[in-house]
Amino acid sequence: MATVPMMHALLVAGILFALGVTGLLVRRNILFILMSLEVMLNAAGLAFVAAGARWGQTDGQVVFIFILSMAAAEVAVGLALVIQIYHRFKSFDADRASEMKG
Amino acid sequence: MLNLLWLIPALPMAGFLILGLFGSRLSRQAIPILGAGSVGLSAAVSLWVAGSFFISPPAGYAYTQVLWRWLEAGSLHLPIALYLDPLSLIMMLVVTCVSFLIHVYSAGYMSDDEDMSRFFAYMNLFVASMVTLLLASNLALLLLGWEGVGLCSYLLIGFWYRDPVNGYAGRKAFIVTRVGDTSLLIGLFLLFRHLGTLDIQTLMERAAHQWPVGSPLAVAAGLLLLGGAVGKSAQLPLQTWLPDAMAGPTPTSALIHAATMVTAGVYLIARMHVIYQLAPSAQFAVAVAGAATLTLAGFSALTQADIKRALAYSTVSQIGYMFLALGVGAWSAAIFHFMTHAFFKALLFLGAGMIIESLDHEQNMFKMGGLRKELPVVFWTFLIAGCALAGVPLVTAGFYSKGLIVWQAEASSAGRWGFWLVAVFGVFLTAAYTFRIIFLTFFGEPKSHVHKRPGLAMTVPCVILAALSMVGGFVKTPEFLGNIHIFTGFLHHALPPVAATRAASMSEMGSEAWVTLALMAGFAVAYFCYIYRPEFSESLTRPAIGKALYRFWKSDWGMDWLYDRLFVWPVMWFARVDARDAVDSIYTGMARLCELFYHGARQTETGRLRWYAAAIALGAVIFVAVVLFL
Amino acid sequence: MILVWLIVILLGAGALAWLAGRFGAEWPRWISLVAAGFDLALVLDFWARHRAEVEIIPQGRWLAEFNRAWVPQYGIHFHLAMDGLSLLMVALTLFIGMMAVLCSWKEIQKGVGFYHFNLMWILAGILGVFLAVDLFLFYFAWELMLVPMYFLIAIWGHEHRVYAAIKFFIFTQLSGLLMLLAILGLYFVHHHATGVYTFEYSDLLGTPMSPRTAMLLMLGFFVAFAVKLPMFPFHPWLPDAHTEAPTAGSLILAALLLKTGAYGMIRFVVPLFPGAARAFAPIAMTLGVVGILYGAVLAYGQTDFKRMVAYTSVSHLGFVLLGIFAWNTLALQGAVVGMIAHALSTGALFMLVGQLYERTRTRDLNQLGGLWATAPVLSGVGMFFMLGSVGLPGLGDFVGEFLVLLGTYRAHVLLTALATVGVLASTFYGVQMVQRAFHGPNVHHWKIADLHGRELLIMGPMMILLLGLGLYPLPVLKTFSPAWKSLERSTRSVVSEARR
Repeated sequence: MATVPMMHALLVAGILFALGVTGLLVRRNILFILMSLEVMLNAAGLAFVAAGARWGQTDGQVVFIFILSMAAAEVAVGLALVIQIYHRFKSFDADRASEMKG
Repeated sequence: MLNLLWLIPALPMAGFLILGLFGSRLSRQAIPILGAGSVGLSAAVSLWVAGSFFISPPAGYAYTQVLWRWLEAGSLHLPIALYLDPLSLIMMLVVTCVSFLIHVYSAGYMSDDEDMSRFFAYMNLFVASMVTLLLASNLALLLLGWEGVGLCSYLLIGFWYRDPVNGYAGRKAFIVTRVGDTSLLIGLFLLFRHLGTLDIQTLMERAAHQWPVGSPLAVAAGLLLLGGAVGKSAQLPLQTWLPDAMAGPTPTSALIHAATMVTAGVYLIARMHVIYQLAPSAQFAVAVAGAATLTLAGFSALTQADIKRALAYSTVSQIGYMFLALGVGAWSAAIFHFMTHAFFKALLFLGAGMIIESLDHEQNMFKMGGLRKELPVVFWTFLIAGCALAGVPLVTAGFYSKGLIVWQAEASSAGRWGFWLVAVFGVFLTAAYTFRIIFLTFFGEPKSHVHKRPGLAMTVPCVILAALSMVGGFVKTPEFLGNIHIFTGFLHHALPPVAATRAASMSEMGSEAWVTLALMAGFAVAYFCYIYRPEFSESLTRPAIGKALYRFWKSDWGMDWLYDRLFVWPVMWFARVDARDAVDSIYTGMARLCELFYHGARQTETGRLRWYAAAIALGAVIFVAVVLFL
Repeated sequence: MILVWLIVILLGAGALAWLAGRFGAEWPRWISLVAAGFDLALVLDFWARHRAEVEIIPQGRWLAEFNRAWVPQYGIHFHLAMDGLSLLMVALTLFIGMMAVLCSWKEIQKGVGFYHFNLMWILAGILGVFLAVDLFLFYFAWELMLVPMYFLIAIWGHEHRVYAAIKFFIFTQLSGLLMLLAILGLYFVHHHATGVYTFEYSDLLGTPMSPRTAMLLMLGFFVAFAVKLPMFPFHPWLPDAHTEAPTAGSLILAALLLKTGAYGMIRFVVPLFPGAARAFAPIAMTLGVVGILYGAVLAYGQTDFKRMVAYTSVSHLGFVLLGIFAWNTLALQGAVVGMIAHALSTGALFMLVGQLYERTRTRDLNQLGGLWATAPVLSGVGMFFMLGSVGLPGLGDFVGEFLVLLGTYRAHVLLTALATVGVLASTFYGVQMVQRAFHGPNVHHWKIADLHGRELLIMGPMMILLLGLGLYPLPVLKTFSPAWKSLERSTRSVVSEARR
């Protein structure tokens, strides 16, 4: 069975993570920020799975399950917050919600 | 009967407590009875004690009464104890009796003052403190009395507190005398450090035992004690407070600032005479202070217009005589002059008080005149006192006491020609200013209307004091005039007699003759300037130099001016400038710095989510880079 | 056991007062008064019963002691002990505590329950400070008294109360932290030297250490106590805290909290590090003298009555510092008498300002004046305590200052002379205060009520005690004497070495 070299998997994970970060930083829309966050989480998850496969251990997959469930919880809370923010500011622009300025 | 001694300070103290605590509830008749009565009882007890002391003197002519234990720590054992010997006995006797007379006088003088109970309370407290000072067996207790009389002086000068001028004079007196007290305190520390006790008699014994003549420690101790004495007794250079102290009610001036408190310095030096015998240079300083003061104050007295200020300078000058006597080792002469001075100077002030009251609070002598016929009792008693002050020969007490000092200023082994000359010149000045006062107030044309005449309560004490001013000197007369020496003989149980007279000195009679001449010269000058040719005295101050000199002398040789600039203003300036406390700015500065840092840091807190995320990312990158590459 | 009861009663009464505050304002007041009074009675009874013992105490034994293991594995014990010094301070604390309750009877009208809770807990903390001989417990008590004090100032103070409260808290907290470091340092140094972990005071005495370490640790303790004392230049928190605190707060600050600093110096700084303290003494004494003069002159320059009294504290505590670092019998006796006398005279002045403020609603000396005619008793009482403050012989402060100076003269002549000038400088502000408040013309036409029953009940005992301390200080001197002997014993070897 031909296996994907770990280096490739890690490279993909890294690219995905970089894309996620870029999205997080450049998008103002809070929904897209959340999505970028998901991308970053999954990039991390991919790295775990790849590493688990490399060492023949199940730990990587266990952690991925953790990440999945955490991502689900995060989306639930995150979307609730997004709705609240939309109620308050009538906008999805994250920069509008800067009341915590020092 | 000597064990009644404690009653002498305790009775006025009780009077003070009752008047102080319940004064507002007592009737106006009860207050003077209580106030003067407590001092009267005290005087009676002291007469009683003195009588039994004379009749059956205790062993060693000294009696100690320990009342209770006071300060005990380590090697320090100070009881509250009274010590009675001829020196303190005479001082105490004079103080209580004169105080009683002045209290009686006050009952008349203050009869329509609304704050009479406060006045008598302070006066009683004063008598209690003064007696404590005199009877103290150790220096700490002496200090208690010493500060107590200072306090009463402050309170009584500022008695009419509504006028800020009086308050100023009171504060000045308190602070200036406390300048001297600082020196006295340091002297006490020195004595305790090196002699290991503060009990006066033990101190004297140990000092004589441990210190050789001329020892630097003795000199230092002598000078430090002298500092305290000049403060309290208004001698150069701390004499500036006394003339201002005349702001107080006149009985106060008579009692505290003429007869008793201001002589506390004389008492202190006499009490500590062993130190001065061991420190000839310190003793010389005492004599110089006295000699300088008696002339400078004499000149100042000549130029005053206010009758009380003139008398105040005269007091300063007479205490200068006492210091001079102490400085040449004529201990008993100083005490003798203290006693006679207490009689006639108290009387002068009481007379001045009656004049001032009858002229409706007029104190300017140039607005008086011709009072001889209006107030005969005042005139005669004042005249007797004035003659005693000037030292009119044979019939007045001042003649005997001052003559003794003048003679011993030269004849004693520590005496010098210079001192004698100054003393004789002082007699001239004294006569001049005394008769100037008498001529200005009682002779010439009446210039003010007499409003009221003094009552019996005021005149009777004056008459008694006048009698004392005449006969008080017959307890010690010169060799050629009966050679009585009851006074000095009695005192020699406590104070050493004058050290062997020098061979080349002049005779007592010769000295007295010069004194009489100087007195007549002074009288002549006063007569010429104020009776015979009044316009002459005015012409003296007309040229610029005369005017300048007049103002210079009148303002006490510019000492106040100097002290204001040297000490008072710098302290006040600092207190005003630094009222917000510069040290605080160190800490507020630190707070300011933190705030500045905060202002910088808060710029990063934009509230923008994406900035934070970027910062996290950047931080993570830097962190990883640091971990990987370093 | 009595020692625990003293503290527990106060803590319990505080909690009870808070709860009782719901049922009416009178309850907390009475509860606090009774608790403090009962404690005071306990202490006085103890003092009376042990009078003979108090004066000649067998070597190295406490008068009363309570010791239970707290965290034994780290050498922490709940160890309270009392000797003559603590006894005096405890009695003073409880007496002043009663006065504090009495003087806030009318002044405090909001949050009465919580107020008395704080008051009682401060007192409990102070008692803990005076009684703890386990350094961990000591630090615990030290902090315990700060927090309620902070509330007292921040909630019931005057206009700038929050600023003052925060300033007070930062100063004392930071310096307390230094002390904590020094305590831990000492703990480990002791372990290093002996292999035993302990916070026990008597075990830590005489811990061998290098002079450098000793100096550092000593400074840690010293700074904490010097801030509390307060020593120049650590004093700026004091005028603010005093000025803004309610009357009882100022009273407790001046009369008790400052004394914990002095107590700490006597109990810990010198005995624990005798060599370092000796080396440091010239600096400490110089700072003391600077404080005496600086405080006096600044007091003279103030126009706020309370601020003025606050600066006099800086001046008076300078004498105490001077006496402590002279470290001989006379100076120490003087320092202790000075501490008590300052508590009485300055505390009373603060209460007097409070009473004046209740009547006139001002503390500005420029606004006052001529009050003697309208309130002679109040003015007379003010005069009395002013005289105490300027060191008039016959009143307590004089005994303290006189003994301190007498003792200090042996150690340092020049500093003594300068400090004596400080006695003179005290006259400046003293007479100034009387002139501006009570004498002079009554320009603003004040017509105020004179002191009445409750206020006389406060001032009377204060006056009698101050006078008693001035004329018959023997009970205090004798009570402290054996405590001093055992303190001195712990430092004697070093001192005699230095002499040689």
